[in-house]
Amino acid sequence: METKLLWIPLLPFIGFLLNGMFGKKFGPRVVSWIGCLAPLGALAVTYSSWKQLTGVVDRLDQVVFPWIWLEGILEIPFKLTFDGLSATMCLVITGVGSLIHLYSIGYMRGDAGYHRYFAYLNLFTAFMLILVLADNLLLMFVGWEGVGLCSYLLIGFWFEDDANCVAGKKAFIVNRIGDFGFLLGMFLCIVHFGSLDFGVLTDREIIAGVAASSAWGMPAVGATTLITLLFFFGATGKSAQIPLHVWLPDAMAGPTPVSALIHAATMVTSGIYLCCRLMPLFESSPVCMAVIAGIGATTALFAAFIAFSQNDIKKVLAYSTVSQLGYMFFAIGMGAFSAALFHLVTHAFFKALLFLGSGAVIHAMHHEQDMRKMGGLRKQLPFTHMMFLIGTLAIAGMPPFAGFFSKDEILFSGFMNAFGEGASGQAQIFWGISFLTAGMTAFYMLRCLALTFWGESRVAPETVNKVHEPGGWIAFALFALAIASTVGGFLGVPAILGGHNVIGHFTGLHVETSGLSAAALETHHAMEWTSMILSLVMAAGGLVLGYFFYGSLADVRKSLTSENPIGQRLRHLSGNKLFVDELYHKVVVRPIEILSWLLFFFIDRLLIDWILVEGTALVTRATGDFFRRMQTGFIPGYLMTFGCGVLVLLYILLNILTGNGS
Amino acid sequence: MFSITTILYLTASLFCIGIYGVLARRNIIVVLMSLELMLNAVNLALVAFGRVHGTASFAGEHSGQIFTLMVLAVAAAEAAIGLSLLLVIWRRWHSIDVRKLSRMSG
Repeated sequence: METKLLWIPLLPFIGFLLNGMFGKKFGPRVVSWIGCLAPLGALAVTYSSWKQLTGVVDRLDQVVFPWIWLEGILEIPFKLTFDGLSATMCLVITGVGSLIHLYSIGYMRGDAGYHRYFAYLNLFTAFMLILVLADNLLLMFVGWEGVGLCSYLLIGFWFEDDANCVAGKKAFIVNRIGDFGFLLGMFLCIVHFGSLDFGVLTDREIIAGVAASSAWGMPAVGATTLITLLFFFGATGKSAQIPLHVWLPDAMAGPTPVSALIHAATMVTSGIYLCCRLMPLFESSPVCMAVIAGIGATTALFAAFIAFSQNDIKKVLAYSTVSQLGYMFFAIGMGAFSAALFHLVTHAFFKALLFLGSGAVIHAMHHEQDMRKMGGLRKQLPFTHMMFLIGTLAIAGMPPFAGFFSKDEILFSGFMNAFGEGASGQAQIFWGISFLTAGMTAFYMLRCLALTFWGESRVAPETVNKVHEPGGWIAFALFALAIASTVGGFLGVPAILGGHNVIGHFTGLHVETSGLSAAALETHHAMEWTSMILSLVMAAGGLVLGYFFYGSLADVRKSLTSENPIGQRLRHLSGNKLFVDELYHKVVVRPIEILSWLLFFFIDRLLIDWILVEGTALVTRATGDFFRRMQTGFIPGYLMTFGCGVLVLLYILLNILTGNGS
Repeated sequence: MFSITTILYLTASLFCIGIYGVLARRNIIVVLMSLELMLNAVNLALVAFGRVHGTASFAGEHSGQIFTLMVLAVAAAEAAIGLSLLLVIWRRWHSIDVRKLSRMSG
């Protein structure tokens, strides 16, 4: 079948080339047209390709060219694949991406780097689309690295400020640490599978064969366990999970639409996508699944805890993103890949909405991000307040908003693992953590909403009269995303509510329950109802608590956090982000600095500078000094030396001639 | 595919662009970039020659590519050193204009 898959990443790439090379001459009007038409065109091609996916044709392929070709040893084509999973990702990237491009027209208006901004944003879209369309790991890695580069460029977009450059570098370096795991995983795949094709890597028969063998050079570890652990390490870098989560909050230094697109909706979810893409491989290693569930749940809890006391509106959202990504990994660890992908999609909607909403506030407040200097904005920004409220309800998991359905599916999968058949104590702990986090999420989001929009106004007097509602494209993008956050959940309505999980079936990640007997199905449904009601109560509890703590009961909250010793300590920990940055500084950065200093002193200074360079000069000079003494200008002295020389030569010559030499 | 002559024209022109950059530009970063361009022109030529003259054996067939990987690795080291020199130069003289950096001459 004729496919136009290549055009999906190619259109944004052309946009990048045009804006990047000629953007300055075009002027902002043309730049906006090119910049926005590129992802919109990609969206149109994605849509028409998606239409081609019928029940009969479940995937489209396009081999662009043979890429790395060692006959019979390693053959890697530049091949794009469009199946349910990549179609879903492409629709999210181009759909949400286009809206954010449109929003940027309003947000970035008048910026000196306007054309540069759109060029980077288009390049990012192109790489992200390559990442999800790739048919093998290597091509995916091209996209993986490309989005990392664009993330770096856009975090440090306002490079005149040194702090932004530092944040960009931090993001890039931490990501590179994760990429190292990805690379090692790929090498092991070549060793064990002899291929990087997703077709081979997801073939359950081949995987079963590899899983039985032990990893190359490491007899104690199973091959698939090591491979999946390495890929998961790569995913923790990109998707900001413990221990590599430190870069994402700092990445908020970039423009807000960038935070929405790259650091909430798309790039940071590529770790989830990687796991979903390699689902059979991950499923073959229970050890790795347990690690993923543990890290995911822990990250969700830690990030939510830190979000409690952040004062920067974007930092709250950043930690909330880390926390929600933790949720997705928790779902993957529980074997609910379809729930993870579903949450990825709904999260893309409501988190983009929240970020763009915060962007509208920041724009209105003339680049003030501190929530302590906001408050009472509801009266001046009623529209933005509505949008932010929808986003908050969606992320808290209130029905019928999108977050309810996806989060419920995740919590239910945890609940099944914890209390269903074959339950383990470990799974119960993980479920407990994620259940607690559901309430915490609702609480800190309501705190964010209350501090920004409700209560007394703390706006600086010189800006208070200049606060204005956003217009045009900003409002349009917010409105569209608010609609998506409201109805997006209906993509995956569970069976007990009369749906049949459209998205789970479409992406091919759904695990069928139809094989169960009627009685088992009934228990299954009963458990699902229990889980749903529990999580709803938890989320509502968080919201209500937040409503009162940041409203009429503010005194109780203040006495809890400033007088109670435990409350004080917790607040101290949360406010300082659990001291992870400080720990890394001591454990990683300081030793490297000391090692560099030692190398500098002993190798560079001592060996090269002093011994080799100055040493050579010194030896030459000393030799010269020594022999200079012989140049006395005293002729008899010269003759004396000459005579001695002749004698020595004669002695040697005689020795040879008299036969000692023969 | 392309004939060897076409590819050699391409590599020659890339190489010349590189030479021009090294000789004519004043910004050290651009000079370094031009240097990389020259290296890559050579790489392209190596791969092309490898394809044309490769023998039947595995190593023979891919020697051009293997050599290119070598060059890439060395170029990476060269770039690292070049850029760190650049940093030191910037810190010391606050300029990366090659014409202003003539302290070494008598």
